Amino acid sequence: MRVAVLAGGWSPEREVSLRSGHRVQLALSGAGHEAVLVDPATVPIPRAVQELRPEVCYIALHGKEGEDGTVQSLLEVLGVPYTGSDPLACQLAFDKSLAKEVLARAGVPTPPWVTLQAAALRDLGAGAVLDLVAERVGLPAVVKPTRGGSAMGLSFVEASRDLPGAVMKGLAFADAVVVERKVEGTELAVSTVGDPPEALPAVEVVPKGGVFDYEARYTPGATDYYVPARLPPEVAAACAEVSLRAFAALGLRDVARVDLMVDGQGRPSVIEVNVSPGMTETSLLPMAAGAAGLTLSELCERVAGLALARAAGP
Amino acid sequence: MAEFAVDPYVTRYARRARTMAASEVRALFAVASRPEVVSLAGGMPYVQALPEENVLEVVRAVLERRGATALQYGAGAGHPGLKERLCALMAEEGVEADPELVVVTHGAQQALDLVAKVFLDPGDELAVEAPCYVGALAAFRTYEPRFVEVPLDEEGMRVDLLEEALLRGARPKFVYTVPTFHNPAGVTMSLERRERLVALCREAGVPIVEDNPYGMLRFEGQPLPCLRSLDPDNVIYVGTLSKVFSPGVRVGWVLAPPGVVGKLVLAKEAADLCTSPFMQLVGEEYLAGDWWREHLRSLVGIYRARRNAMLSALDRHFPSDARWTRPQGGFYVWVTLPEHLDAGALLAAAVDRRVAYVPGTAFYAGRGGANQMRLSFCYPPERDIVLGVERLGELLAEREALFRSIAGGRSSPPGPAPAPP
Repeated sequence: MRVAVLAGGWSPEREVSLRSGHRVQLALSGAGHEAVLVDPATVPIPRAVQELRPEVCYIALHGKEGEDGTVQSLLEVLGVPYTGSDPLACQLAFDKSLAKEVLARAGVPTPPWVTLQAAALRDLGAGAVLDLVAERVGLPAVVKPTRGGSAMGLSFVEASRDLPGAVMKGLAFADAVVVERKVEGTELAVSTVGDPPEALPAVEVVPKGGVFDYEARYTPGATDYYVPARLPPEVAAACAEVSLRAFAALGLRDVARVDLMVDGQGRPSVIEVNVSPGMTETSLLPMAAGAAGLTLSELCERVAGLALARAAGP
Repeated sequence: MAEFAVDPYVTRYARRARTMAASEVRALFAVASRPEVVSLAGGMPYVQALPEENVLEVVRAVLERRGATALQYGAGAGHPGLKERLCALMAEEGVEADPELVVVTHGAQQALDLVAKVFLDPGDELAVEAPCYVGALAAFRTYEPRFVEVPLDEEGMRVDLLEEALLRGARPKFVYTVPTFHNPAGVTMSLERRERLVALCREAGVPIVEDNPYGMLRFEGQPLPCLRSLDPDNVIYVGTLSKVFSPGVRVGWVLAPPGVVGKLVLAKEAADLCTSPFMQLVGEEYLAGDWWREHLRSLVGIYRARRNAMLSALDRHFPSDARWTRPQGGFYVWVTLPEHLDAGALLAAAVDRRVAYVPGTAFYAGRGGANQMRLSFCYPPERDIVLGVERLGELLAEREALFRSIAGGRSSPPGPAPAPP
């Protein structure tokens, strides 16, 4: 295959994406494919596509543009097959508020939440609303920007007096925030790959500092990972099942990573879904693939192959 | 069930490596490097102002006349010819120095590392200003000290608070300060404070490490004596060619009392044998010429104009309850926002609007600086500085409005809807 690996870009996750892209490129080249890294920050995608004539684009962009459907729409116009979900599914998954709405309607468990738009806060006298929000969602809560990744702009709120500050912080990253009830329990990621999708073994995340924030995600040693997760078989099966339902509800394709919490009673709920999961050395999808006996090369080949097969048509 | 080893060496790293962690702010700076972003973040000297032909001539002269020396190992303490030039340079700021007491380092940054290496055991106390140069904190942290933070104000370090700390029993191995055109605060220590600091430290038997990268970049006002010239026996002086010439040549130095010099030379040799002889000779040749003074004068003019642009833009575009320093030289303006505005949380939104700065928390050894930011005026041209400050000002105004609606609405019911126009 001749593959253009798209990575970098100008999102706040640029560095992470470059590391992901580099690993994907190595994995594909190692398997004998012709893989070239393309950074849209340096080379416009249309030009890269024209020059390289790739058979498929592997999307290793993270954050805005790469995950919100922008790049996908562009590639649709250019007529180049690409890995992962279509523009609409990307838009749904990338916006945490929309995604939760879709999941909840499809009966996929997700913690109670309220979405706060900056514009609404500014125009509708939101002080009183915040008290209601805390009441309705319940504390402790997690406040996070509706759009964005790598836990940037995320805070935990234990007392309602901390809510305004957390909302302010989240709104620096996006024009709306999700205030979501914090689920105490086990933090997990279930990656789904294939068509029809299968769930890879769950990865359990235990950040040493207690919070899986940017530092905990990308500093080796700052987080302990268990693959497969230390769960009773029936709970693990429930997590896989819920993840596949989330994948289907959002209309995703090829590959995704579903982040879940399992509460004390062993009940999973979906926190968010990523359409372009990280591929760095501390990322969860490659760990899960490894536990399933897939090398990184095999994983990347499989994902790229799905996009190629789709282009070939039935 | 297996614990997944992300990095098989994790259990083998030294304790000091734990302070080295991934950071969100660094990730955002990667984005801030895009061309449309006005960066008020980095402290990069404006090297574009260097006359290329002259620099080429300097390098050519080194290779033509002293190629063999330039391309060979050199003395750990540094090249004697350069050290003499550095002493002449220090003399311009009133510091008398013996070349024998100078150790040339790979930039002033290495000087800070070596000084810390020679003085600090894990758990030792070390006094720094709050805020403090972030690179110094990083260099010192490696040696696992306990920081004694001494706040500063318009007149530089609050020496009275250092004195209080000493009275309360603090025993810092040394006091680190940037007395002139402070990074990040932009302030300059007053003469009275300088004299008091030197006397206090001498009495307490605590050496001072004086870091003076910006001293020759004075835009206005009378030069003040360096701490080193006030007390040569108790002050370790750190200098650099980065601001008067180029940070790319990586030439810095330490001027220290004889015993310290001996230790520093051994530490320097253990670290990297010697600073690049090629670059040392380039530095020497640069200072031997006659055009560098003219260049420095023009640089000072450029930086002064940029500072003026920044200060007047701040006056126009920043909220009235924000405060900032008015530096007489150097690279930085230090802004203090109203308490409820978190500069760290704002950075992503700022970058989104194509402007970047450094959030204040980076400059504190402990907690602090959440509502502060460092703005550099050294690198972008004036119109970009104005544009950047304008963008930041708009963002701050919006955040202020948002804050009022979130926090303000809690105590008072929402007012009536505005009448249609």
